[in-house]
Amino acid sequence: MYRYDEFDHDFVQARVAEFSDQVQRRLAGEITEDQFRPLRLMNGVYLQLHAYMLRIAVPYGTLNGKQLRMLGHIARKYDKGYGHFTTRQNIQFNWPALSDIPAILADLASVEMHAIQTSGNCIRNVTADHFAGVAADEVADPRPYAEILRQWSSVHPEFSFLPRKFKIAVTGAERDRAAIQTHDIGLHLKKNAAGELGFAVYIGGGQGRTPMVARKIRDFLPEADLLSYCTAILRVYNLYGRRDNKYKARIKILVHETGVEEITRQVEAEWQELKDAELKLPEADIRAIEAYFAPPVLAGRPEGDQAVKLARLDSKGFSEWLDQNVVTHRHPDYAAVTISLKGIGEVPGDASDSQMEAIADIAEKYGFDELRVSHEQNLILPHVARADLKAVYDALVGIGLATANSNLISDIIACPGLDYCALATARSIPIAQEISRRFASLERQREIGELKLKISGCINACGHHHVGHIGILGVEKKGSELYQVTLGGSADENTSVGEIIGRGFSSEEITDAIEQIVETYLGLRLDPQEKFIDAYRRVGPAPFKEALYAGEAKAA
Amino acid sequence: MKILTANRLTDGIAVWYADGGWAETVDHADLAHDKAAENRLEAIGAKAYAANEVVDVNLIDAEVVNGVVQPVRLREKIRAAGPTIRNDLGKQAARAA
Repeated sequence: MYRYDEFDHDFVQARVAEFSDQVQRRLAGEITEDQFRPLRLMNGVYLQLHAYMLRIAVPYGTLNGKQLRMLGHIARKYDKGYGHFTTRQNIQFNWPALSDIPAILADLASVEMHAIQTSGNCIRNVTADHFAGVAADEVADPRPYAEILRQWSSVHPEFSFLPRKFKIAVTGAERDRAAIQTHDIGLHLKKNAAGELGFAVYIGGGQGRTPMVARKIRDFLPEADLLSYCTAILRVYNLYGRRDNKYKARIKILVHETGVEEITRQVEAEWQELKDAELKLPEADIRAIEAYFAPPVLAGRPEGDQAVKLARLDSKGFSEWLDQNVVTHRHPDYAAVTISLKGIGEVPGDASDSQMEAIADIAEKYGFDELRVSHEQNLILPHVARADLKAVYDALVGIGLATANSNLISDIIACPGLDYCALATARSIPIAQEISRRFASLERQREIGELKLKISGCINACGHHHVGHIGILGVEKKGSELYQVTLGGSADENTSVGEIIGRGFSSEEITDAIEQIVETYLGLRLDPQEKFIDAYRRVGPAPFKEALYAGEAKAA
Repeated sequence: MKILTANRLTDGIAVWYADGGWAETVDHADLAHDKAAENRLEAIGAKAYAANEVVDVNLIDAEVVNGVVQPVRLREKIRAAGPTIRNDLGKQAARAA
């Protein structure tokens, strides 16, 4: 994985020193809150309901054991013993004292981590497929390009005061696991007919109060032109993006209001001025960054097949976990493991200090010291020998993280909601927990099959409800929490925004409503292979509306 | 009725104005029963903000239940107690101990 060079070390150290000084001056009363707020946000420090919150960047979701162990240390020493992994592949701590943040950032810097650009109207952490470098369907690892974008976008002077935040995601596979079409810029790494690497470029995707699916503005951009083309996009956005209304300031609104043809023309015109200048990526530089991401040397472990076969017979739990949480690796003797942070009734995305340390141990012992954070709020061990899967499973059972529910209905994305967040209008986590408990039976979950359920506690949609197969949006109505349901959303290569199904449900009713939707699906699917999303696309909302609301219409 | 709440600058912990200072629990927050009292609380909040003691100062609706002050809105109830999903965190943790 990427290692800091001298420049990176100096840059992060300088920022720690700078922000530490700013915190000291704030605590001494030398600067006001109005002066300090933009500075703290640039360093990932928010103020939430109960305390400050610190969001730490995990670039493209990749980290090693030492880094995860440090996150566990921070959770224990400065926070309340846990952290929350987010949908942008980052981690948040919910209780740090402002006065401790300089020390936390110094600790992070010691393991090549930081909180820079995890907030504010700048280019945020670039996200990537959590199976990058592993997936059999991948053309090339997208992370070298994410790293190039990270270096380019860090304290970029022209793009540090954009109209609004700006998110970029990269995938290297046809099957999109990075939700690129919900990002300001989505990059799909591919090869052209000549076998050269480049990108399909999408812009203007986003969720929030105005959800929009990104539009493709270029089918093939040569890899050497990545930075000049992104600069052209950002330049057009920076110039014409709205600054008068924060709700209309994202690039999706500009794309929508300008029209995709016209904005493509503007970007291409800007790019013509830039493409043959200093932003052209030298081949040697790309390959040098790529070398950092070279996969570990994976020795043949052909005994894995037999080991897995025997362990399956021995343990039903292992067998179920293998079927659900373990996916194929490009090397036949290896596999990628999803560590579910969605135990039944647990808080989605939370991990305790000791769990983080134990996972770090597992990664070091069995996983070539590599880990990923997925945007679905789970952790991934990308390279595990099949021969070691049982040992990994046993270790995960020992720390309560072997729930075999990856991609099932209890693998819920949920934002922190009103339990923590100052912007939230309703709680998300207790709803996730109740649904998870209702569908606790893994047998029942497997019978239902792949179902992505996503919950947001306000219209800002941090819980990705718009692109959930089933989405739940919590709002406040007349002083109470009310939950609106959307169906048919999806965040893969066939991205779609879910449709509101009807009137909302109270917190007491919502789990029953979800169960009703699931039962309706089970009743109408053509066969067990027809997934929820495919069935919904086939039949539309009518049967679900009928199931949820028919009684009311008759009563009325 | 209104009470004055904020977060403490140094650690961000939620606090309520009570009896001449900032208390870590809402139970005995100073109540404003009329506009004049609200103005008085607001002035105290503005001064504490200017003195860099607290941030995010707000006057919020409250009621008295069983002799104890409680916020009215769910958001403020959660601030006053802690996350509803973790009784071991926030103000409720100390209360349970």
